[in-house]
Amino acid sequence: MPDKKLKRVDLIFSEECNCKDILAAGLKKSKDDIIKEILDSGLRGRGGAGFPTGLKWKFTSEQAEPEKYVVCNADEGEPGTFKDREILSRVPLKVFGGMAICGKAIGAKHGYLYLRGEYQFLRKDLDKALEQFHTAIKEIGFDFHIHILMGAGAYICGEESALFESMEGKRGEPRNKPPYPTIAGFRSKPTVINNVETLVYAFMITRIGAKKFMELGTADSRGSKVFSVSGDTPIAGIYELELGMSLADFVEEFGDGDTKAVQVGGASGFCVPRKKFKDTIIGFEGVPTGGSMMLFNSSRSMYNVLKNYVEFFEEESCGQCTPCRVGCQQLRKGIEAVKKGEKSAAYLDTLKKLADTMKITAKCGLGQSVANSFSSIVDNFKEEMIY
Amino acid sequence: MANLVNLKIDGIDVSVEAGKTVLDAAKKLNIHIPTLCYHEDLCVAGNCRVCVVEQEGVKNLVASCAMPAQEGMVIHTNTHKVRNARKHIVELLLSEHNADCTKCYKNTKCELQSLATEMITGEHMFIDLVPDKNYTIDMQSPSIIKDDSKCIRCQRCVRTCTELQHVSALGVAYKGDHMKISTFFENSMYDVVCTNCGQCVNRCPTGALIERNYIDQVWDAIYDPNKHVVVQTAPAVRVALGEDLGFDVGERVTGKMVTALKRIGFDSVLDTDFTADLTIMEEGTELLTRLKKALVDKDPSVKLPMTTSCSPGWIKFIEHTFPEYLDNVSTCKSPQQMFGALAKTYYAQKRNLNPENIVSVSIMPCTAKKFEADRPEMRDSGYKDVDYVLTTRELAIMIKQAGLDFLSLPDNHFDRLMGDSTGAAVIFGATGGVMEAALRTAYELVTGREVPFDNLNITAVRGMEGVREAAVTIQNVKPEWSFLEGATLKTVVAHGLTNAKKVMQAVKDGKADWHFIEIMACPGGCLGGGGQPIPTTPEIRKKRAEAIYAEDEGMPIRKSHENPEIVQIYKEFLGEPLGHKSHELLHTHYHARKRV
Repeated sequence: MPDKKLKRVDLIFSEECNCKDILAAGLKKSKDDIIKEILDSGLRGRGGAGFPTGLKWKFTSEQAEPEKYVVCNADEGEPGTFKDREILSRVPLKVFGGMAICGKAIGAKHGYLYLRGEYQFLRKDLDKALEQFHTAIKEIGFDFHIHILMGAGAYICGEESALFESMEGKRGEPRNKPPYPTIAGFRSKPTVINNVETLVYAFMITRIGAKKFMELGTADSRGSKVFSVSGDTPIAGIYELELGMSLADFVEEFGDGDTKAVQVGGASGFCVPRKKFKDTIIGFEGVPTGGSMMLFNSSRSMYNVLKNYVEFFEEESCGQCTPCRVGCQQLRKGIEAVKKGEKSAAYLDTLKKLADTMKITAKCGLGQSVANSFSSIVDNFKEEMIY
Repeated sequence: MANLVNLKIDGIDVSVEAGKTVLDAAKKLNIHIPTLCYHEDLCVAGNCRVCVVEQEGVKNLVASCAMPAQEGMVIHTNTHKVRNARKHIVELLLSEHNADCTKCYKNTKCELQSLATEMITGEHMFIDLVPDKNYTIDMQSPSIIKDDSKCIRCQRCVRTCTELQHVSALGVAYKGDHMKISTFFENSMYDVVCTNCGQCVNRCPTGALIERNYIDQVWDAIYDPNKHVVVQTAPAVRVALGEDLGFDVGERVTGKMVTALKRIGFDSVLDTDFTADLTIMEEGTELLTRLKKALVDKDPSVKLPMTTSCSPGWIKFIEHTFPEYLDNVSTCKSPQQMFGALAKTYYAQKRNLNPENIVSVSIMPCTAKKFEADRPEMRDSGYKDVDYVLTTRELAIMIKQAGLDFLSLPDNHFDRLMGDSTGAAVIFGATGGVMEAALRTAYELVTGREVPFDNLNITAVRGMEGVREAAVTIQNVKPEWSFLEGATLKTVVAHGLTNAKKVMQAVKDGKADWHFIEIMACPGGCLGGGGQPIPTTPEIRKKRAEAIYAEDEGMPIRKSHENPEIVQIYKEFLGEPLGHKSHELLHTHYHARKRV
């Protein structure tokens, strides 16, 4: 049973930094101290996968290659996620600050912010903030330059290696791993790639200290996290909450009183039905999320929800690997055929097995995660799939 | 000593060099892991996922072609999980694939079909996606047919076109369920930078990319009593044809091939080698003439270095990519086209035939030759000089259709006229061969002595290195060539268009001082041509090359200018190299093409 209660936190939005002072303080620390602080904090990637941020930085800093990069993944494309947009519009300097501190930690002179194509409207303000940042960093005397690159609207480019390909001017297709970005990332150089929110938390940790950060959250999920709450809720929006709460708590706060399911983590996440709300922890020990929390009440058809997700993946697969490209088409056609009665209900089991194969054979996280929503919706709302 | 890593596959310990993959390690143990997108000549894609295996301690399966072997790894290639996953993947590919196998040109030669057989797919598990796909077939090119309904998107063709050939006519378009292999703005292969080299055809695992075949047209001509059908066979065909007919790689089947062609019913079975020798006479003279004009007459209009012109893939490549260097290309037609022009003139006269009734067929290791034969430049005899071009693969099919047991056929000799050849002509089939043949003749022409290499073997220009340079210093020349006394002739050989591009870029950047450049579009030269038996690998090409050089060594005459039929044709018909008649029939010019 979760022992944490839902708690609103105001760590990252409270005040935009006075970039120069904070940076100066952060950058005064040695690279080893920075990495130790981030490691100690237990901060894990906020994009969804949850890799320990400090380790990523440590591995990259250990590479002998003189040329390294920091990349900020702002290709926010997961359905139901809109928190990076908010962060970038309200506290962009903290994002840049996080990149600079990472640059110091790993020995990089260049940072790149890969901005989702649809966020073009943020560009003007970001450029302005960046100018401010560059002026400040020059005064401090730290050699670090940030460039903003625009995506072109493909979901797959949020996958880190596809993002590098896109940055290099190539078709956004995931690479084989290994090698991982810490060894060969952008331009095949050691690269730290972090989500927007991760970099802001890293920045805040150098400011408030790991100890303070660790007071929040649980052993597996330290700190707080920004949630994008949408769907059947009277108070949709962006909320910073402590990690480790139960989904029941969450629904009590945000639901409309008739919540039948919550999709945690967007189309690539898991669907949790009402009966499991109480036992579901939001965090890496339970159901992790990149921030997307979609609430559905009893007026919603879970068949339509699933079909929408699968269609999304069918279109957004890069198409290079067989399980993802063809698997998504088969899943969509398959549930349609069952719904129409062209295939028996037992075909859903065939499809679930296919989804399992996709999970273990697809080349990247996109194809691997289709099974999450597929199987959790089919398992929990089987009747809705058939009738 | 390279670093070794130790791992365990299916319970057996194995050590491989660091950098090798799990697939390499399994091969070392003779453990077969099925693959589709993997190809020895190409970079690893890891996208078909057929080669997945289980790695202990790792949640997901890993693609063995892309996973580096690591110390202490424990791999299982044959578990329940692996088997089910592979079966699913093959089923998925089949659901997207037009599996009308009996109507497919690649029937029984398709890698997907073999995998389906191996997995015993039987009743298909998934829904057939083909009816909704609106697949198209591109039949506009005279060389290559691209049928999207057969494509499994392994991208072997794309990698071939991009990294092996630097042509990039083929690329990936769209994403998700619409993802397909396409050309610039989905133009026909005929309208883009495609060089028709057919390397993609050699590497396509299914029937998505095939040569356009002219087998029925050739049978029709053979059965037509009013037609006199002559056939010429390129040097590289005889060292590879056997592979499609039950022989081991590297077996020479020249004599059996001649017998088969006669039994099939060709009226005259002749040899492209004859015109390869003729090419040496013309091209060698052209090179020496260019050198004289440049060095003695100081004629600024003369372009050096001169490049070879035998490879039609190379010709189309330079037309698109380096059109400003078209004047550097030898004006000689390729041996195939010289043969075609002579078949309907010299041969017709000597045999007292109406050229209108001659059907000229060539057997080539090449798909680009089909395009070349269709060029408007190639009608100097007053007719289409070469009517039909068949690949080595198509000839193998005809031999089977004719009911011949190739293995047991007796040997036979080419017919005369235009059937005599030399070792110099045979080596045209390997990269560096034209250069070696040209040097054998040109050096002797200028000095009156044989080239100063052991047994005429100019090993410096042989081998599979992508770009190879060689220099020959010319001394004690005959009086008429005195301007070449002491000169060092600098040459370079490149094969595969990626290497061709490197060489031409060096010329363009002014970083090169070569006089003569040999370029073959295909890896290994014609022996690795796009019309050769499938599969192709570096090992296979090496064996074919060895066969070519063995054939050369076994020839009684090994220098083009000593071919008695060459002496005869100059005496009776052509006059002299670069003479009036030669210009009319054997030389041509090419033109720039746009880059799309």
